[in-house]
Amino acid sequence: MKFFSLAASAALALGVVSANAEPLKVGMITTLSGGGAGLGIDVRDGFMLAVKQAGNENIEVIIEDDQRKPDIAVQLADKLVQSEKVDVLTGIIWSNLAMAVVPAVTAQGKFYLSPNAGPSALAGKGCHPNYFNVAWQNDNLHEAAGAYAKETGYKKSFILAPNYPAGKDALTGYKRFYDGELAGEIYTKLGQTDYAAELAQIRASDADSVFFFLPGGMGISFLKQYADSGVDLPVVGPAFSFDQGILQAVGDAALGVKNTSQWNKDIDNETNKAFVESFQAEYGRLPSLYASQGFDTANLLLSAMGSADVNDADAFRAALLAADFSSTRGDFEFGPNHHPVQDIFVREVIKEGDVYTNKIIATAMTDRADAYAAECKM
Amino acid sequence: MSLLLLIEQVLNGLQFGVMLFLMAAGLTLIFGVMGLINLAHGSLYMIGAFCAAAVAGATGSFVLALVAALAGAAIAGALVEILVIRRLYGKDHLDQVLATFALILIFSEGTRWLFGSFPLFLDVPDALSGPVTLPGGIEYPFYRLTLIAVGLMVALGLFLLISRTRIGIQIRAGENDREMIAALGVDIGRLYTIVFALGAALAGLAGALVGAIQSVQVGMGEPVLILAFVVIVIGGIGSIKGALVGALLVGLTNTLGGIFLPEVMKLFMEPAVATSVGASLASMAIYILMAAVLILKPTGLFGARV
Amino acid sequence: MTRENGLNMLIVAGLVLVPLWAFFADEPFTITLATRAVILAMAAVGLNIALGLGGLISLGHAVFFGLGGYAMGILAYHAQTYTPFVEWPFVIEGTKSMPIIWLVAVVMSSLAAFVIGLLSLRTSGAYFIMITLAFGQMFFFFSISWSAYGGEDGVSIYLRNGFPGLNTLAPIQFYGLCFGLLMLVLLFASLLARSPFGLALNAARQSEQRVQAVGMMPFRLRLAAFVISGAITGLAGALFADLNRFVSPAMFSWQMSGEIMILVILGGVGRLYGPVVGAIVYVMLEHVLGDLSDYWHIYLGVLLLLVVLFVKGGIIGAVSGRRTAHG
Repeated sequence: MKFFSLAASAALALGVVSANAEPLKVGMITTLSGGGAGLGIDVRDGFMLAVKQAGNENIEVIIEDDQRKPDIAVQLADKLVQSEKVDVLTGIIWSNLAMAVVPAVTAQGKFYLSPNAGPSALAGKGCHPNYFNVAWQNDNLHEAAGAYAKETGYKKSFILAPNYPAGKDALTGYKRFYDGELAGEIYTKLGQTDYAAELAQIRASDADSVFFFLPGGMGISFLKQYADSGVDLPVVGPAFSFDQGILQAVGDAALGVKNTSQWNKDIDNETNKAFVESFQAEYGRLPSLYASQGFDTANLLLSAMGSADVNDADAFRAALLAADFSSTRGDFEFGPNHHPVQDIFVREVIKEGDVYTNKIIATAMTDRADAYAAECKM
Repeated sequence: MSLLLLIEQVLNGLQFGVMLFLMAAGLTLIFGVMGLINLAHGSLYMIGAFCAAAVAGATGSFVLALVAALAGAAIAGALVEILVIRRLYGKDHLDQVLATFALILIFSEGTRWLFGSFPLFLDVPDALSGPVTLPGGIEYPFYRLTLIAVGLMVALGLFLLISRTRIGIQIRAGENDREMIAALGVDIGRLYTIVFALGAALAGLAGALVGAIQSVQVGMGEPVLILAFVVIVIGGIGSIKGALVGALLVGLTNTLGGIFLPEVMKLFMEPAVATSVGASLASMAIYILMAAVLILKPTGLFGARV
Repeated sequence: MTRENGLNMLIVAGLVLVPLWAFFADEPFTITLATRAVILAMAAVGLNIALGLGGLISLGHAVFFGLGGYAMGILAYHAQTYTPFVEWPFVIEGTKSMPIIWLVAVVMSSLAAFVIGLLSLRTSGAYFIMITLAFGQMFFFFSISWSAYGGEDGVSIYLRNGFPGLNTLAPIQFYGLCFGLLMLVLLFASLLARSPFGLALNAARQSEQRVQAVGMMPFRLRLAAFVISGAITGLAGALFADLNRFVSPAMFSWQMSGEIMILVILGGVGRLYGPVVGAIVYVMLEHVLGDLSDYWHIYLGVLLLLVVLFVKGGIIGAVSGRRTAHG
């Protein structure tokens, strides 16, 4: 068990008797081993950076590795709730793991703060007073890509995503704001790494733009093969395939591609500047989208701790909902279903020296909530 | 769908097939000669890709990267054979499955420990990048054409190696009668190490070549491993010819299935549903093909032994 | 009493005492871990009937595990949302009752095992391993794209299903239920192994001709064994889904098949309690090593390798000193 306890020892040494004698216990379940580990490591590092900077003695974080397996995640949630008696859970990266864990955890009266996944079921009918999403609802970035495509004047998009629920949500999200025709709509195999056949179909179609959602290695493969295929259409996609962690593996193939994100390292505010600098100093790499979400999640939690006791659930919930912290994204507030209402930007992939990164070129959507808030009754 | 698009898709299927062949050839040789089920073959593919990415990153040369992939995978293969695999030949398939599964765990997490959790960069060399125009006006990526050529050349080389050289004769003898070749004074331990390293090198080569157009990351080997097993089972275990035919069948089924099944489904149902159902069927297609082949020919298309 | 029998009794005692201790010491998570071990053990006992008794190396038992899981997931989902499972020609409602779910799980996985066995048993050796793997992959990819039940996201059930007279939400009571079922399954497996059917199956594994010579059909024996094996693994799948209150395509994955097989080999192939020991040790390793390092898979790999290379007959074989499982 990896304890990051800044609590008891420091408090004792100073002889401080704090109002909250019991430290608040946070259980973090995230992916730290195997294929998707990069995302979980970023969330963890961002979260722990904020905890460290706050210097708050009353927080204790227990970190566990879910190996990206739903059954392990459920087991760890049981452990954290039953044995460790944590007050708050956080950390899950993948929607399918979140769906396995979150309903059970919130039903037991614990708080869950999502630093990444935002499945539609938890934003709409399945919303819960103790569930807060600090990242986005899953559709958001795809919706923003659709809005950007519409504004840019694309009339015939070719769209593709893997054949699984998040992939279907992605194409639905894109089509929600894009109002042109579709030159083609393809569901690829989950985990597919060769896109020659799809690229041939794109080439043969009369598309004027391409939208894709292919997270992780799938996106790297697609972009490299796209660049090599000679198809020369503009590409838009959500930030997941263009993030700091994987851009270096895509290389020149990503240059100039437009992608949508609620965060970037050049968002101009003090919190973000300080975050980017201190993250680099601490870990020796540029922060990613996921790191910023982990950082914001921790700061939200710390802000609520400052004004309410976690044992008073109603007060603590109200303190979380107030979102009284300075976010790396600038303005941040929660909608009625406890999901963010925020601006979503369009970024372009550029090269700074030897490093591939993004810069913001436009705002795709302002104060965007999500499509499911109306279905949420709580 | 135009004829040109169809030809292009057939080329894509071929390219996918020949890369699978590089994986499957080693797997089937190792099974044929040593009777070993090697689940860790996918790890050797990954090692090839990582060696190539590391060397390409340091030197900028794709040729050196390929050499590193071949050498790295062959050395890793030889080491594993001497340290672990050698003790498994006499054991039953069960022990082999478990031991080589353990090797996957060690190789995957070891690679992550060495190279970190983020994918590495490996790109197509400039000389081979971009599309070329084929007769008939098809624009096709030059690199993929090169892959088809390299794959077919390796296949030819393997046939010559097996049929014309001394080591090939020993390999064939080893497939037929193990005691016999030991009695003839062939150093069987050395032969096994060589065969294993050869299979590993082919897997490493495939990893490096494919890594240039895909993502070089931990866990990249396992999906390919499963496909390679499908290939050698369809072709008949131990048969190089079977591996080639099986690889091309799987490559074409996978590629063409993904395109045509959704179209076929549109004849019966709404387009949105058809796209999704067709895609599901396409992802199951090669396994259905494999089950069908085995039901009709229980030892694969070219397999003799059980 | 042989050393192996003594060891078996020790294991049963441990499975009773440790959760009881955890109950009184207020360590509910230990009970959850024990439940996980017991359920995985049941899945592996199922596989061991095909593997140890019948010599059928199936790398596709996740099919049955997953079918059991989805039987639970689908029925409970319809009960939870108050939507009928089938509306035409007659209405079938979902249910939250464990016995009914178990029955459905066993029937579904037996049917699947019958069809898969009928087709796969034409092959043997490595071909059998691979064709069972292929069937596993078909189910896996189908479940991923089956959007009615969540596709890759799977199905979440908010409350554990009920069993008459028990509060299944209390960890110790649910554990008791799973433990009782495991004991029943073990009893069944030991009776089966000693029955004429079991003896014939064992003989067919060793020498096909001998069995044919006395007029029995090895194919039918194996098919029956495969169906029984699949049914038990399916039942375990339903319990596993109830433990997690969640089912997803991961239960159909080839890694799951591999994991069940590892449990059997780790404990000792063909031994009654082999799968039980394997499951206990595996769950403990997963728990202990996971706390040591982010790279704990390396340790697990090395350990498994050492067991295969140097420990004959799995853990039971090593401890009992009897190298072979079949006399």
